[in-house]
Amino acid sequence: MSVTVGTTVRVLQMDPPGHHRTPRFVRGKEGVVIGLAGRMPDAERLAYGGRGPDQPVWRVRFRQTTLWPDYVGDPRDTVVLDLYEHWLEPRR
Amino acid sequence: MTHAHDGHGHGHDGHVHPHPRQPDIEDAPLTWHMALTEAMAELIVQKGLCTPADIHRTLEKIDAASPAAGGRLVARAWLDPDFRARLLQDVNAAAGELGIDAGGIPIRAVADTPDLHNVIVCTLCSCYPRFLLGGSPDWYKSKAYRARVVREPRAVLAEFGLDLPEGVQIEVHDSTAELRYLVLPERPTGTEGWSEDELAAIVTRDCLIGTALPVAA
Repeated sequence: MSVTVGTTVRVLQMDPPGHHRTPRFVRGKEGVVIGLAGRMPDAERLAYGGRGPDQPVWRVRFRQTTLWPDYVGDPRDTVVLDLYEHWLEPRR
Repeated sequence: MTHAHDGHGHGHDGHVHPHPRQPDIEDAPLTWHMALTEAMAELIVQKGLCTPADIHRTLEKIDAASPAAGGRLVARAWLDPDFRARLLQDVNAAAGELGIDAGGIPIRAVADTPDLHNVIVCTLCSCYPRFLLGGSPDWYKSKAYRARVVREPRAVLAEFGLDLPEGVQIEVHDSTAELRYLVLPERPTGTEGWSEDELAAIVTRDCLIGTALPVAA
């Protein structure tokens, strides 16, 4: 199964050394892909002088109540992040 | 140069009070990050990647950019549905139509609806469409804003004086990669018949970040 618009994804719960663009507050959480942000240079390699092929970066929408169990506000409130595909595990 | 009366003293009692010295920028020691920035700039120039003039031109371009450019885009989008569609497709290209150089970093506009309010943040650092809007406000870079607006957006917006009506959903956009974001707010009631310039004037910087809504003055 591959990642595309509409896919429910789980952000990998990993803690690699170095530079990366996946905030901790979404690691291990499930969200839904709402669009392609673009194909972008891999920031994790770029930070150390490498380039490699451009990576798909997906716009992923998370429900606030998924991220913060004690969230105060409308249960429909959401956060959208731009995440590199190799951090995303397709679920359904 | 001499004075007719008591020389340089300003007091009635004849005592001389020296002027406090204007502090120099160099009075404070370089921070670690300042030293790093200086070193990086020197290396980039030494490697021939760009010249000092290139760096200064870029800084001047950012300093000359202003939220007014964003206001013009929003006002045009309110008046011209076709332009609005193109703006939502590609902000940089739409800006070019109005003679605005939005820079080479792609910017995405996110549109409010009567039921949805958008807010922008960069939780990891302080990404901001600075080539279009100029430098970001200090609070945008603060840890407090970056940590709290994704955690308790309603409380943060209330502190900005923005109390959203019941039933309005909030979507926070975190610029974690190479996209920069801009909010396209709803046109407020009471602005019927306004000119494009009048509309642009009520779209402030905070309206483009999503911490304020434009109001008919």
